[in-house]
Amino acid sequence: MVADSASPKDLADRLEQAGYLADDSTALVAFLATRLDKPVLVEGPAGVGKTELAKALARVLDRELVRLQCYEGLDEAKALYEWNYRKQLLRIQAEGGAGTDGGQAAGWQSVQEDIFGPEFLLERPLLAAISSPQPVVLLIDEIDKTDQEFEAMLLELLSDFQITIPELGRVSARTHPVVVLTSNHTRELTEALKRRCLYLWLDYPARERELEIVRLHAPELPERVSRKLVEVTELVRELDLRKPPSLAESIDWARALVLLGANEITAEVFGQTMSVIVKHRTDLALVAERVGVHLQTEHGTAA
Amino acid sequence: MTDGDREPARNRAGFDVRVVELTGRLRAEGLAIGTSELMDALAALEHVSWRSREEFHGALAATLAKSPEDRRIFDLVFDAYLDRQVEGEALRLPASAAAAPENFEYAEGVPAIDLRELRERIARALREGDESALRDLARLTVATLGRLRSGSGVLGVDVQRIRRELDLTGELHGRGQHGDAPQPDSHGTLSREQARHFDALIRRELQHAQIQRTGRLPASRPLTELARALPTGPSADLAAVHRVVAQLRRRLASQGHELRGSHRHAHVDVRRTMRASLQTGGVPVDVRYRPQRPRRPELFVICDVSTSVSSASVFFLSVLHALHDSFRRMRSFVFVERISEVTDLFAREKSFSAVSEAISRDAGVVDVSGYTDYGRVWSELLSLAGEQLHPGATLIVLGDARANGRDPGIAAFEALAERAGRAFWLNPEPRLYWNHGDSVIGAYEPHCRVHECWSATHLEDFVKELTRQPR
Repeated sequence: MVADSASPKDLADRLEQAGYLADDSTALVAFLATRLDKPVLVEGPAGVGKTELAKALARVLDRELVRLQCYEGLDEAKALYEWNYRKQLLRIQAEGGAGTDGGQAAGWQSVQEDIFGPEFLLERPLLAAISSPQPVVLLIDEIDKTDQEFEAMLLELLSDFQITIPELGRVSARTHPVVVLTSNHTRELTEALKRRCLYLWLDYPARERELEIVRLHAPELPERVSRKLVEVTELVRELDLRKPPSLAESIDWARALVLLGANEITAEVFGQTMSVIVKHRTDLALVAERVGVHLQTEHGTAA
Repeated sequence: MTDGDREPARNRAGFDVRVVELTGRLRAEGLAIGTSELMDALAALEHVSWRSREEFHGALAATLAKSPEDRRIFDLVFDAYLDRQVEGEALRLPASAAAAPENFEYAEGVPAIDLRELRERIARALREGDESALRDLARLTVATLGRLRSGSGVLGVDVQRIRRELDLTGELHGRGQHGDAPQPDSHGTLSREQARHFDALIRRELQHAQIQRTGRLPASRPLTELARALPTGPSADLAAVHRVVAQLRRRLASQGHELRGSHRHAHVDVRRTMRASLQTGGVPVDVRYRPQRPRRPELFVICDVSTSVSSASVFFLSVLHALHDSFRRMRSFVFVERISEVTDLFAREKSFSAVSEAISRDAGVVDVSGYTDYGRVWSELLSLAGEQLHPGATLIVLGDARANGRDPGIAAFEALAERAGRAFWLNPEPRLYWNHGDSVIGAYEPHCRVHECWSATHLEDFVKELTRQPR
């Protein structure tokens, strides 16, 4: 295992080496999370790098990433554990065939104890994360997509790092995982959940930082073009769109431009590639009109 | 951490009290901070440098403020509290000791330094944008320059004097002009702005010093006013409404579960029992029951946004907004003369102000007069959503039932209420005014349950009613 970071600054540097540019508050909260063994709740608009933060942390700490993607209707059988019914059934049948009449009462007793053993337990991500012999990074992605009941179920795990299985008893964590929960803020999470977490609000980065991030992920793109790209993206975000372009999408766009070998963002290039950052038909029309005109006039005066 | 920093001795007991005090202030401003969070905050402080204001502030914010709104209030309270504490602390020191730079807070243990070194350190901190170092240096500057002689009593004059004496701008500019300094170009352009920034810090320090001299603090400003003056939302009730609706959702979601015990075997499923009886030669040994399915909370909300309820419609819109945050299976409509579906709008817009603006701009509910036309609204709703209404659905009307002398459309409303499993009417008027003037609420009353609803408390009563399981 890699040694803990000495300070938030140190962690920020190591995150950068892992390909994630963290600002001061992000680095600080991540640092506190590793020191305090507290889960972190990361909220913010889609595509600003909430999930990436967890992945980068896993790389920096040299831990395995266990990911639980949340969705509506997710229940404990899919998140915590499940009994392997088929295997249990096989076990019972095997016992029944072998046992003689005299030994059946005792056999039943042992079978009953046996089939609710760890051997017949299917580990789901949450249980896997806390029972892993190596410490892991547990990512609970888009927690706002689940129901409140599921949040309540998480509370035991988040505060005590343990899971209670009625037939087996309590499973305590052998190692403390670093837990990162992400939320797109589509609904207010419960107070109880928030109380157990450190809180981090991630927003769209400032222009300079976004430029750094784009350059980190698409170093082949000439700096002039990246700068222009960030400016245009910012311009697009200011429009009243159904889905404003995220940071992930501006990185995609930069990569697309690299592939196309673009040396300049002209109205023409923009028209060809804007579907990378704008994903709604109504938005496309609006952006094409506003930004296209902007680029055209700019190009006209430059030439 | 920069070189030369030394951690001040951590006086835990005294400090914990301060953090608890700060938490008290935050609670007074409406943040719900639990004791466990306070413990987290104290634990977090163990791991950060107390010399860095950013780290200190960030550690507290991450543990105490758990939403963007809370964070804004936290920042305001934190700054105000810290400034006040520093001033208060300075006041407690004896006057003679306070005048000496050695005893000045944060300048502790730093020997008196000459002007040139000070100048260099400030320039370096400005170039690096090290905010906490700048604060310390401003304190140091005031301590070494400002306190050696008595101030003029006017802050602006003192700032001018210190600036002249320190000659910070001259230093930076002089180097930039000659171009012989090893200073990178990009920093040269920032110097004036940075110098101004440093002036502001000095001004603050002088203010502290003045407080110290006169021996009293300026009147404490309650933050609530400040926080309220900032753009928070159109209605102060909004937070309360959101709380109540969150509760509503919880109750609706769990109402099926609590019944599973006592009413589990309510209905025999005849068909499945018959099928099961085939195995036993037609004798129904094994009785099958119909599963008790929890009511899926499916809401149809219809909201009046006409002028007669303009004050109430802000409240109702916020109710609608809050409901949309919580329910997925929900369709909402707004109406004045005509009806218009706004489900998509609420799904798209997260901020309340954007929603209300969009509705007033292009919901297309006003036709000619701008007065509510219930008869037309009901018939339109019937054709728009009548097919989708089913016994599992709940119809909620938010409106004042003032028909402006037009046809109230009882028949159409009755048809709607019959198709839906339950129908509720929330009236923003006090019960006293009902059925006076053009209010026709009495005509609707036989077909739905009517509630008066003009505050979050009423809404809470309604929630209780709504979530009570029909027997």
